[in-house]
Amino acid sequence: MLFDPHIDGVRKLEELFDRARFQGKRVEIDAKDLKHKELNDLMRECILRGAREIVLKNVCGQRYIASRLFFNKPVKVNISIYGTPGNDLGAFLSGHRIVVYGNAQDGVGNTMDDGEIVVHGRAGDVVAMCMRGGRIFVRDYVGYRCAIHMKGYVNKIPILVIGQTSQDFLCEYMAGGKVIVLGIGVERHRCNYVGTGMHGGEIYIGGKIESHQFGREVGIVEIEEDDWKFLEGIVREYCFYFGMEGKEDDILGKNFVKLIPVTKRPYGKVYAY
Amino acid sequence: MKSHLLPEFFVERIEDRCDRCGVCVKQCPWGVFSWNGTEIMIDYTKCVGCQRCVIYCPNKALIVKPYEGSYRPNAYWTKEIISDIKKQAEQGGVILTGTGSDKPYRIYFDHILLNASQVTNPSIDPLREPMELRTFIGRKPDRLEIEDLDIRTEISPNLVIETPIMFAGMSYGAISYNAFLSLAMAAKEFGTKFCTGEGGLPRDMREEYGEVAIVQCASGRFGVDPEYLNCACAIEIKIGQGAKPGIGGHLPGEKVSAKISETRMIPEGTDALSPAPHHDIYSIEDLAMLIYALKEATNYEKPVFVKIAAVHNVASIASGIVRAGADAIVIDGFRGGTGASPKVMRDHVGIPIEMAIAVVDQRLREEGIRQKCSIIASGGIRCSADVVKAIALGADAVYIGTAALIAMGCTMCQKCYTGKCAWGICTQDEKLAKRLNPKVASKRLVNLLRGWSLEIKDMLGGMGINAIESLRGNREHLRGVGLESWELEILGIKGVGEGF
Repeated sequence: MLFDPHIDGVRKLEELFDRARFQGKRVEIDAKDLKHKELNDLMRECILRGAREIVLKNVCGQRYIASRLFFNKPVKVNISIYGTPGNDLGAFLSGHRIVVYGNAQDGVGNTMDDGEIVVHGRAGDVVAMCMRGGRIFVRDYVGYRCAIHMKGYVNKIPILVIGQTSQDFLCEYMAGGKVIVLGIGVERHRCNYVGTGMHGGEIYIGGKIESHQFGREVGIVEIEEDDWKFLEGIVREYCFYFGMEGKEDDILGKNFVKLIPVTKRPYGKVYAY
Repeated sequence: MKSHLLPEFFVERIEDRCDRCGVCVKQCPWGVFSWNGTEIMIDYTKCVGCQRCVIYCPNKALIVKPYEGSYRPNAYWTKEIISDIKKQAEQGGVILTGTGSDKPYRIYFDHILLNASQVTNPSIDPLREPMELRTFIGRKPDRLEIEDLDIRTEISPNLVIETPIMFAGMSYGAISYNAFLSLAMAAKEFGTKFCTGEGGLPRDMREEYGEVAIVQCASGRFGVDPEYLNCACAIEIKIGQGAKPGIGGHLPGEKVSAKISETRMIPEGTDALSPAPHHDIYSIEDLAMLIYALKEATNYEKPVFVKIAAVHNVASIASGIVRAGADAIVIDGFRGGTGASPKVMRDHVGIPIEMAIAVVDQRLREEGIRQKCSIIASGGIRCSADVVKAIALGADAVYIGTAALIAMGCTMCQKCYTGKCAWGICTQDEKLAKRLNPKVASKRLVNLLRGWSLEIKDMLGGMGINAIESLRGNREHLRGVGLESWELEILGIKGVGEGF
């Protein structure tokens, strides 16, 4: 018989409910030894029973945390995670706020729709893949292929803020949204192929980076007054979230470049009609 | 540069029938007809052979036929080969095309014959006796636990369709809103489902047609929001497509109108680029991660399909997909259509759907996991006999794309990629799109489904079978004609003349 680690052996909600401790609208869940489905079952049930603030303790690798919190009526929940959440944290996230006290793994905010994810640490590969809205703040660095094919439509502009730096292929195929790499404590960014195939959106990078590290579809433009205002706002929030108030001027003091796509149609000329 | 290309079509006007009404000028989006003040001029070099003017000419005064002029006939350097070289020499770049491959590769469906009952096993008359075409798509349990006549086993979500035919993924963007809506309306009326393709589902359609929509999640993740996933009846992860296995798609910026921009969530006028791979899927384990991410996002209430192109190693890939947790696997053969594909990919990559279904069904049975996953055959299903043969080879149901477009008006001119479809199907030009009336087009689609379903019942009855489920993988009802032994072996069927 085929064993499916995702669903086989999942315990019923009734067996697990004593792990949730309610205090009014706040609930604390001990995630120790829970499978991802068990944890998400519990979180969903808690919200249906009125919880609006969820604290997860002892999280260790459970995937898809908060992915199943889409309800027919708009509900916004604050979720605090202690430990290390697994892949696809907040995938398809529909408007909730997640704060991770620790590192996150791959796929943070995969195709996320709205809300906010704040990571007090680093995040893995494919962060903000195809993100459609909301904001992600990562205090330290991120892995490969982040913000690939990020979207953007009129007022719905997703934002990814990375405190330190990223690996290769950042913002590949980017179609919209804004990515800010602050370069805190980074002597020189080592990521290559930044913005390959980019055809929408904006990237801001602070610190040393050479033009050969960018994809061919990327144009470098001057930072203007509005950009500085935007960056100041972002840095202020970053410092507030991560307890770094007072460091704003240091962070903004370095050199920033702004990258935008050269064309909205990067591959319009490769075809014969 | 002066073009050296020969014309493709010739437009002939029967002068004494033509009363210069000008309908042809209005109907042709290709610029073949024009008024010069007193006369309608014909520039047949622009004609693509879509036959719109012929059908709409009130006096039946027009004939559109292939251009007779020719290079020196050559079986190797054909007119098509010569024209393609000239086109590329003039423009550079990749030659684009639309629809499925038109090349004369062997059509296995046409080398397979069906059985019928005679004397020893009576045939069934579907007009008098019950005949079941209802099909369930999704994971089936390994065994059933029954207690006090109640089923205790938890059953995975399954789709129920009243005929084993669904509409294949054709995105809003590739096809017009009216064409997209027509598919949804027809699916709802007939009790089947349609796949949205990867262009999202417009919000104004979600409430009414969500229940019949299989929503796609492809590499571009266009229009994928939590509501989109939750309003649907199933979710399809698109890995590949038969018309262009292994490559992504580019919806050209000129087709990204305001409404498409809103549905896809990308800025107006930008190219909608679907990357070749999903950038979060580099392995079966990664695929499992996305399958379960989608199940999580929809509270485990909906089946998740995975669609792949039929390629050389399809059986092993399918096995991996089942093990990754898919509820249905869609296999798209190399005849599968497209709104735009590089011609070289369309015509030279992939394998026939008949072979692919046979090897996948066989492999999953051998591994004891066939029940875990439905198989949906797609790509070049032309008629009800193809449906029956595909199911007897091992499919649970089929997707039709090209056949559905033809029912709505498509004439297979292969110019889908230009966005100028004269029939209002494959275009975002509002004037052209208005030519397709969803009420009429959906009626045509429902008629087609009805006709095919009646024919399927006839064929089933002839074989002495009264439920489509009894036909699935029932290869004893198939015999090959004009096939070599290796082909029969891969298809898992006997040759004509062999008994049971």
